[in-house]
Amino acid sequence: MKDTVIEVKNLVKKYKKANTPAVDGISFNVKRGEFFALLGPNGAGKTTTISILTTILSKTEGVVKIANYDIEKEADKIRKSIGIIFQNPSLDLNLTAEENIRFHALIYGLYPFRPSFSLMSEEYRREVIKLAEIIGIKNDITKPVKTFSGGMKRKLEIVRSLIHKPKVLFLDEPTSGLDPASRKNLWKYLQDIRKKYKTTIFLTTHYLEEAEDADRVLIIDQGKIVTLGTPAKIKKDLIDSSIILNAKDKAALRSELDAMKLDYEGHGPFKIKLNGKNAQEIIKSIKSDLTYLDINNPKLEDAYLKLIAKGNK
Amino acid sequence: MIHQITAIFTIAQRDFTKLLRDRARILATFIFPFLFIGILGTSLESNLPPDIGYSFKVFVFTGVLAQTLFQSTASGIISLIEDRENDFSQEIFVSPISRYSIIIGKILGETMVSMTQGLGIIAFGLLIGVPLSLEKLILMFPAGLMACLFGGAFGILVLSNLKSQRAANQIFPFIIFPQFFLAGVFNPIKSLPPFLHILSRAMPMTYAVDLMRGVYYANSPEKNLIVLHSISWNTLVISVVFMIFLLLGTALFINNEKNK
Repeated sequence: MKDTVIEVKNLVKKYKKANTPAVDGISFNVKRGEFFALLGPNGAGKTTTISILTTILSKTEGVVKIANYDIEKEADKIRKSIGIIFQNPSLDLNLTAEENIRFHALIYGLYPFRPSFSLMSEEYRREVIKLAEIIGIKNDITKPVKTFSGGMKRKLEIVRSLIHKPKVLFLDEPTSGLDPASRKNLWKYLQDIRKKYKTTIFLTTHYLEEAEDADRVLIIDQGKIVTLGTPAKIKKDLIDSSIILNAKDKAALRSELDAMKLDYEGHGPFKIKLNGKNAQEIIKSIKSDLTYLDINNPKLEDAYLKLIAKGNK
Repeated sequence: MIHQITAIFTIAQRDFTKLLRDRARILATFIFPFLFIGILGTSLESNLPPDIGYSFKVFVFTGVLAQTLFQSTASGIISLIEDRENDFSQEIFVSPISRYSIIIGKILGETMVSMTQGLGIIAFGLLIGVPLSLEKLILMFPAGLMACLFGGAFGILVLSNLKSQRAANQIFPFIIFPQFFLAGVFNPIKSLPPFLHILSRAMPMTYAVDLMRGVYYANSPEKNLIVLHSISWNTLVISVVFMIFLLLGTALFINNEKNK
Protein backbone atom coordinates (compact mmCIF):
# COMPACT_ATOMS: atom_id res chain seq x y z
CA MET A 1 0.00 0.00 0.00
CA LYS A 2 1.27 3.37 -1.05
CA ASP A 3 0.22 5.47 1.90
CA THR A 4 1.09 2.91 4.57
CA VAL A 5 4.28 3.82 6.37
CA ILE A 6 4.32 1.17 9.09
CA GLU A 7 3.11 -2.36 8.45
CA VAL A 8 3.08 -4.93 11.25
CA LYS A 9 1.81 -8.48 10.71
CA ASN A 10 1.54 -11.11 13.45
CA LEU A 11 4.44 -9.68 15.40
CA VAL A 12 5.66 -11.92 18.22
CA LYS A 13 8.50 -11.28 20.65
CA LYS A 14 9.49 -13.77 23.27
CA TYR A 15 12.45 -12.79 25.44
CA LYS A 16 15.03 -15.51 25.98
CA LYS A 17 14.36 -16.02 29.66
CA ALA A 18 10.60 -15.40 29.61
CA ASN A 19 7.86 -18.01 29.68
CA THR A 20 5.24 -15.93 27.92
CA PRO A 21 5.71 -13.65 24.92
CA ALA A 22 5.98 -9.91 25.64
CA VAL A 23 4.28 -9.23 22.31
CA ASP A 24 1.87 -11.92 21.20
CA GLY A 25 0.81 -11.73 17.57
CA ILE A 26 -0.17 -8.13 16.97
CA SER A 27 -0.99 -6.66 13.53
CA PHE A 28 -1.66 -3.06 12.50
CA ASN A 29 -0.85 -0.43 9.87
CA VAL A 30 0.02 3.22 10.25
CA LYS A 31 -0.74 5.66 7.43
CA ARG A 32 1.61 8.33 6.20
CA GLY A 33 1.23 11.51 8.22
CA GLU A 34 -0.91 9.83 10.84
CA PHE A 35 -0.62 10.53 14.54
CA PHE A 36 -0.79 7.04 15.95
CA ALA A 37 -0.83 6.27 19.66
CA LEU A 38 0.06 2.95 21.26
CA LEU A 39 -1.50 2.73 24.66
CA GLY A 40 -1.29 0.17 27.41
CA PRO A 41 -0.46 -0.32 31.08
CA ASN A 42 3.08 -0.99 32.28
CA GLY A 43 4.36 -4.27 30.95
CA ALA A 44 1.82 -4.37 28.11
CA GLY A 45 4.56 -4.68 25.48
CA LYS A 46 4.74 -1.06 24.31
CA THR A 47 8.48 -0.58 24.67
CA THR A 48 9.14 -4.04 23.22
CA THR A 49 7.04 -3.16 20.16
CA ILE A 50 8.71 0.20 19.64
CA SER A 51 12.18 -1.36 20.12
CA ILE A 52 11.47 -3.85 17.34
CA LEU A 53 10.02 -1.18 15.06
CA THR A 54 13.14 0.93 15.56
CA THR A 55 15.54 -1.98 14.80
CA ILE A 56 17.22 -2.19 18.20
CA LEU A 57 15.58 -5.47 19.15
CA SER A 58 15.05 -8.50 16.94
CA LYS A 59 11.60 -10.03 16.63
CA THR A 60 10.75 -13.67 17.20
CA GLU A 61 8.12 -13.94 14.46
CA GLY A 62 6.08 -11.83 12.06
CA VAL A 63 6.61 -9.23 9.36
CA VAL A 64 7.48 -5.60 10.00
CA LYS A 65 7.91 -3.02 7.24
CA ILE A 66 8.72 0.63 7.71
CA ALA A 67 8.55 2.96 4.70
CA ASN A 68 8.29 -0.25 2.65
CA TYR A 69 11.65 -1.55 3.90
CA ASP A 70 11.86 -4.91 5.62
CA ILE A 71 13.02 -4.68 9.23
CA GLU A 72 15.40 -7.65 8.94
CA LYS A 73 16.88 -7.17 5.49
CA GLU A 74 16.91 -3.39 5.16
CA ALA A 75 17.51 -2.21 8.73
CA ASP A 76 19.99 0.44 7.59
CA LYS A 77 17.49 2.06 5.25
CA ILE A 78 14.90 2.05 8.00
CA ARG A 79 17.34 3.65 10.44
CA LYS A 80 17.80 6.49 7.97
CA SER A 81 14.06 7.05 7.69
CA ILE A 82 13.13 7.18 11.36
CA GLY A 83 13.75 9.37 14.37
CA ILE A 84 13.40 8.17 17.93
CA ILE A 85 12.80 9.74 21.30
CA PHE A 86 13.52 7.08 23.88
CA GLN A 87 11.83 6.55 27.18
CA ASN A 88 15.11 7.29 28.97
CA PRO A 89 16.99 10.36 27.76
CA SER A 90 19.74 9.37 25.35
CA LEU A 91 21.84 12.52 25.40
CA ASP A 92 25.50 12.52 26.37
CA LEU A 93 25.39 14.69 29.47
CA ASN A 94 29.10 15.53 29.29
CA LEU A 95 28.78 17.05 25.85
CA THR A 96 27.24 20.41 25.06
CA ALA A 97 23.87 20.74 23.34
CA GLU A 98 25.57 21.58 20.05
CA GLU A 99 27.99 18.64 20.37
CA ASN A 100 25.06 16.30 20.90
CA ILE A 101 23.37 17.61 17.77
CA ARG A 102 26.64 17.48 15.82
CA PHE A 103 27.26 13.89 16.92
CA HIS A 104 23.85 12.97 15.56
CA ALA A 105 24.23 14.90 12.30
CA LEU A 106 27.61 13.27 11.65
CA ILE A 107 26.67 9.68 12.41
CA TYR A 108 23.67 10.11 10.12
CA GLY A 109 26.11 11.19 7.42
CA LEU A 110 24.51 14.59 6.88
CA TYR A 111 27.74 16.60 6.85
CA PRO A 112 31.45 15.84 6.42
CA PHE A 113 33.42 15.34 9.64
CA ARG A 114 35.10 18.38 11.17
CA PRO A 115 36.50 18.37 14.69
CA SER A 116 34.80 21.55 15.92
CA PHE A 117 31.68 23.66 15.48
CA SER A 118 33.53 26.56 13.85
CA LEU A 119 35.02 24.21 11.23
CA MET A 120 31.68 22.62 10.33
CA SER A 121 29.98 23.72 7.11
CA GLU A 122 28.08 26.97 7.15
CA GLU A 123 24.88 25.14 6.32
CA TYR A 124 25.20 23.07 9.49
CA ARG A 125 25.96 26.08 11.67
CA ARG A 126 22.97 27.95 10.31
CA GLU A 127 20.71 24.93 10.87
CA VAL A 128 21.85 24.47 14.48
CA ILE A 129 21.33 28.09 15.37
CA LYS A 130 17.88 27.99 13.81
CA LEU A 131 16.97 24.88 15.79
CA ALA A 132 18.33 26.34 19.01
CA GLU A 133 16.13 29.36 18.50
CA ILE A 134 13.06 27.19 18.01
CA ILE A 135 13.50 25.51 21.36
CA GLY A 136 14.74 28.63 23.09
CA ILE A 137 18.25 27.51 24.02
CA LYS A 138 20.22 29.81 21.74
CA ASN A 139 22.31 31.10 24.62
CA ASP A 140 22.84 27.67 26.17
CA ILE A 141 23.96 25.79 23.11
CA THR A 142 27.59 25.63 24.23
CA LYS A 143 26.69 24.55 27.76
CA PRO A 144 26.94 20.91 28.87
CA VAL A 145 23.60 19.15 28.69
CA LYS A 146 23.85 18.15 32.35
CA THR A 147 22.98 21.73 33.27
CA PHE A 148 19.66 21.52 31.35
CA SER A 149 16.23 20.96 32.88
CA GLY A 150 14.26 17.80 32.07
CA GLY A 151 11.98 19.65 29.67
CA MET A 152 14.89 21.28 27.84
CA LYS A 153 16.64 17.93 27.45
CA ARG A 154 13.53 16.45 25.89
CA LYS A 155 13.18 19.31 23.46
CA LEU A 156 16.83 19.00 22.54
CA GLU A 157 16.31 15.30 21.82
CA ILE A 158 13.33 16.06 19.61
CA VAL A 159 15.25 18.70 17.69
CA ARG A 160 18.15 16.30 17.33
CA SER A 161 15.93 13.52 16.03
CA LEU A 162 14.41 15.83 13.41
CA ILE A 163 17.71 16.99 11.95
CA HIS A 164 17.85 14.09 9.49
CA LYS A 165 14.22 14.70 8.46
CA PRO A 166 12.75 11.32 9.42
CA LYS A 167 9.59 10.00 7.80
CA VAL A 168 8.39 8.57 11.09
CA LEU A 169 9.09 9.95 14.53
CA PHE A 170 8.83 7.37 17.31
CA LEU A 171 8.22 8.67 20.79
CA ASP A 172 8.40 6.20 23.65
CA GLU A 173 6.65 7.79 26.62
CA PRO A 174 8.31 11.11 25.85
CA THR A 175 6.80 13.03 28.72
CA SER A 176 7.42 10.54 31.52
CA GLY A 177 9.33 12.18 34.33
CA LEU A 178 8.34 15.71 33.31
CA ASP A 179 6.29 18.05 35.45
CA PRO A 180 2.80 18.94 34.12
CA ALA A 181 3.87 22.37 32.83
CA SER A 182 6.84 20.99 30.85
CA ARG A 183 4.62 18.22 29.57
CA LYS A 184 2.07 20.63 28.22
CA ASN A 185 4.76 22.81 26.72
CA LEU A 186 6.50 19.90 25.05
CA TRP A 187 3.25 18.62 23.72
CA LYS A 188 2.42 21.92 22.09
CA TYR A 189 5.86 21.94 20.53
CA LEU A 190 5.35 18.45 19.12
CA GLN A 191 2.03 19.42 17.58
CA ASP A 192 3.73 22.39 15.90
CA ILE A 193 6.46 20.13 14.55
CA ARG A 194 3.89 17.78 13.22
CA LYS A 195 2.03 20.49 11.36
CA LYS A 196 5.24 21.96 10.01
CA TYR A 197 7.04 18.81 8.84
CA LYS A 198 4.01 16.53 8.27
CA THR A 199 5.92 13.78 10.06
CA THR A 200 4.15 10.56 10.96
CA ILE A 201 4.13 10.26 14.73
CA PHE A 202 4.12 6.95 16.55
CA LEU A 203 3.62 7.55 20.23
CA THR A 204 3.53 5.24 23.18
CA THR A 205 2.18 6.65 26.38
CA HIS A 206 0.23 5.86 29.46
CA TYR A 207 -0.95 9.43 29.81
CA LEU A 208 -4.33 9.15 28.20
CA GLU A 209 -4.92 12.81 27.56
CA GLU A 210 -1.94 12.68 25.19
CA ALA A 211 -3.65 10.02 23.12
CA GLU A 212 -6.96 11.93 22.93
CA ASP A 213 -5.53 14.00 20.07
CA ALA A 214 -4.28 11.00 18.12
CA ASP A 215 -5.82 10.04 14.78
CA ARG A 216 -5.99 6.45 15.92
CA VAL A 217 -5.29 4.65 19.15
CA LEU A 218 -4.10 1.08 19.52
CA ILE A 219 -4.57 -0.35 23.00
CA ILE A 220 -2.54 -3.40 23.94
CA ASP A 221 -2.42 -5.38 27.13
CA GLN A 222 -0.28 -8.40 27.96
CA GLY A 223 1.12 -8.41 24.45
CA LYS A 224 -2.24 -8.59 22.70
CA ILE A 225 -4.38 -6.05 20.90
CA VAL A 226 -7.37 -4.96 22.98
CA THR A 227 -8.78 -2.47 20.49
CA LEU A 228 -7.81 -0.23 17.60
CA GLY A 229 -9.67 2.84 16.35
CA THR A 230 -10.16 6.58 16.61
CA PRO A 231 -10.40 7.90 20.17
CA ALA A 232 -14.05 8.81 19.49
CA LYS A 233 -14.89 5.34 18.24
CA ILE A 234 -13.18 3.63 21.16
CA LYS A 235 -15.08 5.81 23.57
CA LYS A 236 -18.35 5.17 21.79
CA ASP A 237 -17.84 1.43 21.63
CA LEU A 238 -16.92 1.12 25.21
CA ILE A 239 -18.82 3.56 27.26
CA ASP A 240 -22.09 5.05 26.14
CA SER A 241 -22.76 8.59 27.10
CA SER A 242 -25.64 8.87 29.51
CA ILE A 243 -27.71 11.39 31.37
CA ILE A 244 -28.79 11.11 34.96
CA LEU A 245 -32.18 12.49 35.91
CA ASN A 246 -34.31 12.67 39.00
CA ALA A 247 -37.69 14.16 39.82
CA LYS A 248 -39.89 14.68 42.86
CA ASP A 249 -42.50 12.44 41.30
CA LYS A 250 -40.34 9.46 40.43
CA ALA A 251 -43.25 7.33 39.24
CA ALA A 252 -44.31 10.00 36.73
CA LEU A 253 -40.77 10.33 35.40
CA ARG A 254 -40.46 6.58 35.11
CA SER A 255 -43.65 6.30 33.06
CA GLU A 256 -42.40 9.10 30.80
CA LEU A 257 -39.13 7.25 30.25
CA ASP A 258 -41.02 4.06 29.55
CA ALA A 259 -43.27 5.88 27.09
CA MET A 260 -40.16 7.15 25.20
CA LYS A 261 -38.79 3.55 25.18
CA LEU A 262 -35.51 4.65 26.71
CA ASP A 263 -32.92 2.30 28.08
CA TYR A 264 -32.46 3.24 31.72
CA GLU A 265 -31.50 1.81 35.08
CA GLY A 266 -32.11 2.79 38.71
CA HIS A 267 -35.24 3.80 40.62
CA GLY A 268 -34.52 7.51 40.87
CA PRO A 269 -32.09 8.88 40.10
CA PHE A 270 -32.40 7.24 36.70
CA LYS A 271 -29.36 6.66 34.52
CA ILE A 272 -30.46 6.84 30.88
CA LYS A 273 -28.17 5.46 28.20
CA LEU A 274 -28.16 7.74 25.19
CA ASN A 275 -27.31 5.08 22.59
CA GLY A 276 -26.64 7.82 20.06
CA LYS A 277 -29.77 9.82 20.89
CA ASN A 278 -29.54 13.52 21.55
CA ALA A 279 -29.62 14.41 25.26
CA GLN A 280 -31.28 17.73 24.59
CA GLU A 281 -34.15 16.11 22.68
CA ILE A 282 -34.82 13.76 25.57
CA ILE A 283 -34.79 16.49 28.20
CA LYS A 284 -37.03 18.73 26.09
CA SER A 285 -39.74 16.13 25.87
CA ILE A 286 -39.87 15.39 29.60
CA LYS A 287 -42.77 17.10 31.39
CA SER A 288 -42.01 16.12 35.02
CA ASP A 289 -40.28 18.68 37.25
CA LEU A 290 -36.63 17.65 37.37
CA THR A 291 -34.68 17.89 40.62
CA TYR A 292 -31.43 16.60 39.20
CA LEU A 293 -29.73 16.61 35.80
CA ASP A 294 -26.25 15.46 34.86
CA ILE A 295 -24.68 14.57 31.53
CA ASN A 296 -22.03 11.90 31.68
CA ASN A 297 -19.58 12.25 28.77
CA PRO A 298 -16.79 9.69 29.15
CA LYS A 299 -13.14 10.45 28.59
CA LEU A 300 -10.85 8.10 26.79
CA GLU A 301 -9.43 7.36 30.22
CA ASP A 302 -12.71 5.76 31.35
CA ALA A 303 -12.79 3.65 28.21
CA TYR A 304 -9.20 2.66 28.75
CA LEU A 305 -9.64 1.69 32.38
CA LYS A 306 -12.70 -0.33 31.49
CA LEU A 307 -10.83 -2.13 28.74
CA ILE A 308 -7.84 -2.98 30.86
CA ALA A 309 -10.10 -4.16 33.68
CA LYS A 310 -11.95 -6.41 31.23
CA GLY A 311 -8.69 -7.85 29.97
CA ASN A 312 -7.51 -8.72 33.45
CA LYS A 313 -10.61 -10.64 34.44
CA MET B 1 32.10 4.41 2.94
CA ILE B 2 32.76 8.11 3.63
CA HIS B 3 29.74 8.01 5.88
CA GLN B 4 31.24 5.11 7.88
CA ILE B 5 34.56 6.91 8.26
CA THR B 6 32.78 10.07 9.38
CA ALA B 7 30.92 7.98 11.95
CA ILE B 8 34.14 6.34 13.18
CA PHE B 9 35.80 9.74 13.66
CA THR B 10 32.72 11.15 15.35
CA ILE B 11 32.53 8.31 17.86
CA ALA B 12 36.28 8.47 18.47
CA GLN B 13 36.24 12.22 18.98
CA ARG B 14 33.49 11.96 21.56
CA ASP B 15 35.62 9.69 23.76
CA PHE B 16 38.58 12.00 23.51
CA THR B 17 36.48 15.08 24.27
CA LYS B 18 35.16 13.33 27.35
CA LEU B 19 38.67 12.66 28.60
CA LEU B 20 39.65 16.30 28.23
CA ARG B 21 36.58 17.37 30.22
CA ASP B 22 37.23 14.90 33.04
CA ARG B 23 40.21 16.24 35.00
CA ALA B 24 39.77 13.73 37.82
CA ARG B 25 40.03 10.87 35.35
CA ILE B 26 43.21 12.30 33.80
CA LEU B 27 44.78 12.54 37.23
CA ALA B 28 43.61 9.09 38.31
CA THR B 29 45.06 7.42 35.25
CA PHE B 30 48.55 8.66 36.15
CA ILE B 31 48.57 7.54 39.76
CA PHE B 32 49.16 3.84 39.16
CA PRO B 33 51.92 4.17 36.57
CA PHE B 34 53.70 6.68 38.80
CA LEU B 35 53.44 4.40 41.83
CA PHE B 36 54.65 1.37 39.92
CA ILE B 37 57.51 3.02 38.10
CA GLY B 38 58.47 5.61 40.68
CA ILE B 39 58.22 3.54 43.84
CA LEU B 40 58.22 -0.12 42.86
CA GLY B 41 60.76 0.21 40.07
CA THR B 42 63.06 2.55 41.90
CA SER B 43 62.97 0.70 45.24
CA LEU B 44 63.61 -2.67 43.62
CA GLU B 45 66.48 -1.23 41.67
CA SER B 46 68.04 0.20 44.84
CA ASN B 47 67.80 -3.06 46.76
CA LEU B 48 68.53 -5.75 44.18
CA PRO B 49 72.14 -6.81 43.71
CA PRO B 50 73.69 -4.72 40.93
CA ASP B 51 74.83 -7.80 39.00
CA ILE B 52 71.37 -8.66 37.51
CA GLY B 53 72.62 -7.01 34.37
CA TYR B 54 69.92 -4.40 33.69
CA SER B 55 68.16 -1.45 35.26
CA PHE B 56 65.04 -2.55 37.06
CA LYS B 57 63.56 0.93 36.87
CA VAL B 58 63.76 0.87 33.07
CA PHE B 59 62.38 -2.66 33.03
CA VAL B 60 59.32 -1.61 35.02
CA PHE B 61 58.95 1.57 32.97
CA THR B 62 58.71 -0.29 29.65
CA GLY B 63 56.35 -2.84 31.17
CA VAL B 64 54.04 -0.31 32.77
CA LEU B 65 53.95 1.79 29.61
CA ALA B 66 52.67 -1.12 27.49
CA GLN B 67 50.37 -2.38 30.26
CA THR B 68 48.77 1.05 30.74
CA LEU B 69 48.14 1.45 27.02
CA PHE B 70 46.65 -2.04 26.79
CA GLN B 71 44.55 -1.84 29.93
CA SER B 72 43.35 1.71 29.56
CA THR B 73 42.01 1.04 26.07
CA ALA B 74 40.38 -2.20 27.24
CA SER B 75 38.62 -0.55 30.17
CA GLY B 76 37.67 2.41 27.97
CA ILE B 77 35.90 0.06 25.57
CA ILE B 78 33.96 -1.33 28.47
CA SER B 79 32.47 2.16 28.84
CA LEU B 80 30.11 1.05 26.06
CA ILE B 81 28.27 -0.69 28.90
CA GLU B 82 28.07 2.57 30.76
CA ASP B 83 26.61 4.14 27.61
CA ARG B 84 24.07 1.36 27.51
CA GLU B 85 23.07 2.04 31.09
CA ASN B 86 22.84 5.78 30.43
CA ASP B 87 20.96 4.90 27.27
CA PHE B 88 23.29 6.87 25.10
CA SER B 89 24.07 3.67 23.22
CA GLN B 90 20.51 3.68 21.90
CA GLU B 91 21.33 6.85 20.04
CA ILE B 92 24.33 5.11 18.47
CA PHE B 93 22.64 1.79 17.83
CA VAL B 94 19.61 3.19 15.98
CA SER B 95 21.81 5.22 13.67
CA PRO B 96 22.35 4.02 10.09
CA ILE B 97 25.99 3.00 10.54
CA SER B 98 27.68 -0.38 10.49
CA ARG B 99 28.02 -2.03 13.89
CA TYR B 100 31.70 -2.51 13.08
CA SER B 101 32.09 1.25 12.63
CA ILE B 102 30.74 1.72 16.13
CA ILE B 103 33.29 -0.68 17.60
CA ILE B 104 36.17 0.63 15.51
CA GLY B 105 35.29 4.22 16.39
CA LYS B 106 35.22 3.25 20.04
CA ILE B 107 38.61 1.51 19.83
CA LEU B 108 40.10 4.47 18.00
CA GLY B 109 38.76 6.94 20.54
CA GLU B 110 40.01 4.96 23.51
CA THR B 111 43.37 4.55 21.74
CA MET B 112 43.66 8.33 21.55
CA VAL B 113 42.81 8.53 25.24
CA SER B 114 45.42 5.90 26.15
CA MET B 115 48.13 7.42 23.97
CA THR B 116 47.60 10.70 25.81
CA GLN B 117 48.21 8.85 29.05
CA GLY B 118 51.26 7.23 27.46
CA LEU B 119 52.72 10.67 26.85
CA GLY B 120 52.36 11.43 30.55
CA ILE B 121 54.17 8.22 31.46
CA ILE B 122 56.99 8.98 29.04
CA ALA B 123 57.36 12.48 30.52
CA PHE B 124 57.57 10.90 33.96
CA GLY B 125 60.14 8.38 32.71
CA LEU B 126 62.32 11.19 31.40
CA LEU B 127 61.97 12.94 34.73
CA ILE B 128 63.26 9.98 36.73
CA GLY B 129 66.10 9.34 34.32
CA VAL B 130 64.93 6.56 31.98
CA PRO B 131 67.19 6.81 28.91
CA LEU B 132 64.93 7.76 25.98
CA SER B 133 66.24 9.13 22.71
CA LEU B 134 63.98 10.74 20.12
CA GLU B 135 64.75 7.90 17.73
CA LYS B 136 63.70 5.36 20.33
CA LEU B 137 60.49 7.23 21.06
CA ILE B 138 59.58 7.28 17.38
CA LEU B 139 60.13 3.52 17.19
CA MET B 140 58.10 2.97 20.38
CA PHE B 141 55.11 4.82 18.92
CA PRO B 142 53.87 1.98 16.66
CA ALA B 143 54.45 -0.56 19.46
CA GLY B 144 52.33 1.64 21.75
CA LEU B 145 49.63 1.93 19.12
CA MET B 146 49.52 -1.85 18.76
CA ALA B 147 49.24 -2.26 22.54
CA CYS B 148 46.23 0.08 22.47
CA LEU B 149 44.47 -1.58 19.55
CA PHE B 150 45.11 -5.02 21.00
CA GLY B 151 43.76 -3.91 24.38
CA GLY B 152 40.72 -2.47 22.59
CA ALA B 153 39.94 -5.75 20.85
CA PHE B 154 40.46 -7.58 24.14
CA GLY B 155 38.03 -5.12 25.74
CA ILE B 156 35.37 -5.88 23.10
CA LEU B 157 35.61 -9.58 23.79
CA VAL B 158 35.27 -9.02 27.54
CA LEU B 159 32.46 -6.55 27.00
CA SER B 160 30.48 -8.93 24.80
CA ASN B 161 30.24 -11.30 27.74
CA LEU B 162 29.19 -8.77 30.36
CA LYS B 163 25.70 -7.63 31.21
CA SER B 164 26.17 -4.56 33.41
CA GLN B 165 28.66 -1.98 34.58
CA ARG B 166 28.57 -3.62 38.00
CA ALA B 167 29.54 -6.96 36.52
CA ALA B 168 32.29 -5.20 34.60
CA ASN B 169 33.66 -3.54 37.73
CA GLN B 170 33.67 -6.86 39.55
CA ILE B 171 35.07 -9.05 36.83
CA PHE B 172 37.57 -6.78 35.12
CA PRO B 173 40.18 -6.84 37.94
CA PHE B 174 40.13 -10.64 37.88
CA ILE B 175 41.00 -10.82 34.25
CA ILE B 176 43.47 -7.95 34.25
CA PHE B 177 45.49 -8.31 37.48
CA PRO B 178 46.79 -11.84 36.82
CA GLN B 179 47.98 -10.54 33.47
CA PHE B 180 50.13 -7.91 35.23
CA PHE B 181 52.24 -10.66 36.71
CA LEU B 182 51.97 -13.25 33.95
CA ALA B 183 52.93 -10.66 31.34
CA GLY B 184 55.91 -9.65 33.46
CA VAL B 185 55.06 -5.99 33.82
CA PHE B 186 57.18 -5.64 36.97
CA ASN B 187 58.56 -9.14 37.41
CA PRO B 188 61.01 -10.91 35.10
CA ILE B 189 59.38 -13.90 33.37
CA LYS B 190 62.25 -14.99 31.18
CA SER B 191 62.44 -18.32 33.01
CA LEU B 192 59.36 -19.78 34.63
CA PRO B 193 58.23 -23.24 35.82
CA PRO B 194 56.36 -25.04 32.96
CA PHE B 195 52.85 -24.37 34.33
CA LEU B 196 53.43 -20.64 34.74
CA HIS B 197 55.27 -20.54 31.44
CA ILE B 198 52.19 -21.79 29.57
CA LEU B 199 49.88 -19.40 31.43
CA SER B 200 52.22 -16.51 30.82
CA ARG B 201 52.44 -17.13 27.08
CA ALA B 202 48.64 -17.49 26.90
CA MET B 203 48.07 -13.95 28.20
CA PRO B 204 47.42 -11.33 25.51
CA MET B 205 49.14 -8.62 27.53
CA THR B 206 52.40 -10.62 27.45
CA TYR B 207 52.81 -9.87 23.76
CA ALA B 208 52.00 -6.16 24.08
CA VAL B 209 54.58 -5.80 26.87
CA ASP B 210 57.19 -7.90 25.12
CA LEU B 211 56.78 -5.99 21.84
CA MET B 212 57.37 -2.70 23.65
CA ARG B 213 60.49 -4.11 25.31
CA GLY B 214 61.68 -5.64 22.05
CA VAL B 215 61.59 -2.19 20.49
CA TYR B 216 63.10 -0.40 23.51
CA TYR B 217 65.94 -2.87 24.07
CA ALA B 218 66.68 -3.50 20.35
CA ASN B 219 70.44 -3.61 19.76
CA SER B 220 71.20 -3.28 23.47
CA PRO B 221 73.22 -5.76 25.55
CA GLU B 222 70.33 -6.28 28.01
CA LYS B 223 68.04 -7.56 25.25
CA ASN B 224 68.79 -11.26 25.75
CA LEU B 225 68.16 -11.02 29.50
CA ILE B 226 64.75 -9.40 29.15
CA VAL B 227 63.02 -9.82 25.78
CA LEU B 228 61.15 -13.08 25.16
CA HIS B 229 60.25 -13.06 21.47
CA SER B 230 61.32 -11.33 18.29
CA ILE B 231 59.50 -8.18 17.20
CA SER B 232 58.10 -9.98 14.17
CA TRP B 233 56.74 -12.88 16.26
CA ASN B 234 55.03 -10.50 18.71
CA THR B 235 53.62 -8.47 15.83
CA LEU B 236 52.26 -11.58 14.17
CA VAL B 237 50.64 -12.92 17.36
CA ILE B 238 49.11 -9.54 18.16
CA SER B 239 47.75 -9.09 14.62
CA VAL B 240 46.15 -12.51 14.41
CA VAL B 241 44.67 -12.48 17.91
CA PHE B 242 43.53 -8.88 17.41
CA MET B 243 41.45 -9.91 14.39
CA ILE B 244 39.96 -12.89 16.24
CA PHE B 245 39.05 -10.81 19.31
CA LEU B 246 37.63 -8.00 17.20
CA LEU B 247 35.46 -10.14 14.92
CA LEU B 248 34.30 -12.54 17.60
CA GLY B 249 33.76 -9.82 20.20
CA THR B 250 31.81 -7.59 17.83
CA ALA B 251 29.64 -10.44 16.56
CA LEU B 252 28.84 -11.54 20.12
CA PHE B 253 28.21 -7.99 21.27
CA ILE B 254 25.78 -7.23 18.45
CA ASN B 255 24.02 -10.53 18.92
CA ASN B 256 23.58 -9.97 22.65
CA GLU B 257 22.30 -6.43 22.10
CA LYS B 258 19.61 -7.47 19.64
CA ASN B 259 18.57 -10.95 20.76
CA LYS B 260 17.42 -10.34 24.26
